[in-house]
Amino acid sequence: MRTPEGPSSGIPANARELLSPADVGRTIARIAHQIIEKTALDATAPTDGTAVVGSAPRVVLIGIPTRGTTLAARLADKIEEFAGVRPPVGSLDITLYRDDLRTKPHRPLERTSVPDGGVDNALVVLVDDVLFSGRTVRSALDALRDLGRPRAVQLAVLVDRGHRELPLRADYVGKNVPTARTEDVAVLLAEHDGRDGVVLSSGHAEENEK
Amino acid sequence: MKHLLSIADLTRDSATELLDEAERFEQALLGREVKKLPTLRGRTVMTVFFENSTRTRVSFEVAGKWMSADVINVSASSSSVSKGESLRDTAMTLRAAGADALIVRHPASGAAHQIAAWTGAAEDGGPAVINAGDGTHEHPTQALLDALTLRQRLGGIEGRRIAIVGDILHSRVARSNALLLSMLGAEVVLVAPQTLLPVGVESWPVRVSHSIDAELPGLDAVLMLRVQAERMNGGFFPSPREYSITYGLNEKRLGLLADHAVVLHPGPMLRGMEIASSVADSPKTAVLQQVTNGVHVRMAVLFRLLVGTEEVA
Repeated sequence: MRTPEGPSSGIPANARELLSPADVGRTIARIAHQIIEKTALDATAPTDGTAVVGSAPRVVLIGIPTRGTTLAARLADKIEEFAGVRPPVGSLDITLYRDDLRTKPHRPLERTSVPDGGVDNALVVLVDDVLFSGRTVRSALDALRDLGRPRAVQLAVLVDRGHRELPLRADYVGKNVPTARTEDVAVLLAEHDGRDGVVLSSGHAEENEK
Repeated sequence: MKHLLSIADLTRDSATELLDEAERFEQALLGREVKKLPTLRGRTVMTVFFENSTRTRVSFEVAGKWMSADVINVSASSSSVSKGESLRDTAMTLRAAGADALIVRHPASGAAHQIAAWTGAAEDGGPAVINAGDGTHEHPTQALLDALTLRQRLGGIEGRRIAIVGDILHSRVARSNALLLSMLGAEVVLVAPQTLLPVGVESWPVRVSHSIDAELPGLDAVLMLRVQAERMNGGFFPSPREYSITYGLNEKRLGLLADHAVVLHPGPMLRGMEIASSVADSPKTAVLQQVTNGVHVRMAVLFRLLVGTEEVA
C-alpha cells in the first residue's frame, strides 16, 4: 500500500488518525465476515445471489451516499472473496427524507439505485460511514419503507461515534470511537479522498451531523 | 433563488443543477410502488391559472403531490376573479390563506413578476412565485423540461444546433428556450415568417431563418410551436393551409432530418397545422417524454424553491 502524501483536502492540521489505511481494509474485511456469518450467506445462498432458497433471505447491501455506497461496494467485494457470493448492491439517497430540510441550506441530491429484484422480502443491510445522531438512519428506514417491505433491516457502519438522538443501534460496527459532540469524524476512502483512513478533529460537528 | 420568473433568474450552473436534480427525482421514483416523498409535507402549493392548461397545471400538481405538498388549484373561471377581483387582491388573498408557493399562469406578460413584487413586500418574504407562462413573455419550466429532454435524447446540449419553428411572436416557450438553450451552449435558430417574429429579435442570442427546408438537414433538434390563434388579431399569414405548407413539419420534411435528430413540441399540438399527425406519432418525436420530464423538472424546481434556508453567500 502506498504511503499517503499528507492529509487530503479539508482535513485540519489538528486531526488525529483513528484508523490507518490498513486498518480500514481490515475493518471492512471483518464486517464482511460478520455479515456472512450472521446472514448465513455462504451456507444457503445460491451462487447467483438472486433467488430465495429455503428460509435464508436474499441479502442486499444498500449504501447511503456518498461514502456508504462506496463502502457497500467494498463489502460486496470482500463477501464475494470470502463466501463466493456477491450480494446485490444499491444506493439510497435520503436527502428527501431528512428531518432538517427546512433548517439547513439546500443539499444536492445523490444517486438512488435499487438492485434488480427490489428489496421485498430481502434482508437489507444498510451501510453508512459514520453513525452519529441516528437521524440519517431513521431517514433511510423511512425511505426504505417506500421502496418495499424487506424481511429485515440491519445496519453496518465503519465508525460509531456515539451521541445517539434516536433509539437506534448498529448490527455491525467497524470501530467504536468515543468523541465529543464538537469533534469531527471524517472517513476517507480512496475513491473519494485519494486514500483510506478515519480521522478525528476538533471541528464543527454540528454542521456535518450524521 | 426565491422565485423562478424568468430564465434570467438562472445561471448556466444553476440550470444544469436543476436538470441533474430532475433526473435524481426520476431515479428516486423509478419502479416504485409508492410514488410519494415526504419532502414537502406541510407545504401548501397553489396553482393559479388565468389561462387554460392541461400539461403544465397537471404536472405541477403531480410534482407537488408526489412530494407530499398540499396542492390547491385556483382557476380564473371558478374563482372570484370572474366577479371582478383584481390580480393583486387575488394574490394577496392566496398569500393570506397560507400559500408557500404560487404557480402563476396569466395572459399578461409580467403578471408573475408583479405578483412576486406584491406578495414579497411582506415581512416573511411571502410565497415563492413560479412563472408558469405569462402572456408572450416566458415559461421557464417548459424550457427546462425541453432542455432535459434534449439532453437525454442527444447526450448533451453544448454545441448542438436546435431550431425553434413557428409562431415565435406569441410564444413564451420560444423566448425561454432561446435563452436557456443558448445559455447551455446550443446554437439556436429561429425559423418563422417575418410577421411571426417579435420586435427586437436581433438582440436575442439566436440566428433567424425563413426557410425550414434549408435548416432541417443540419439540425440536432427541432422544436415546433403551436400557432396561437387566440393571441392573433389580424393577418399574420395568408391562410392556415399556406402556413402549414410553408412551415409545417410533414412526413417529407421529417425525412430531411438527421437520423439522431429529435422533434419536440410543447403542446398542445394542432395536428395537420404545424405538425402532421404521422410526424407527431413518429419515434423521433419526444412529446410524451417531455411531459414526463415536466413532472420531474417541476419537482426539482419546487424542491429548490421551498426546501432549505436561503443560502448565505
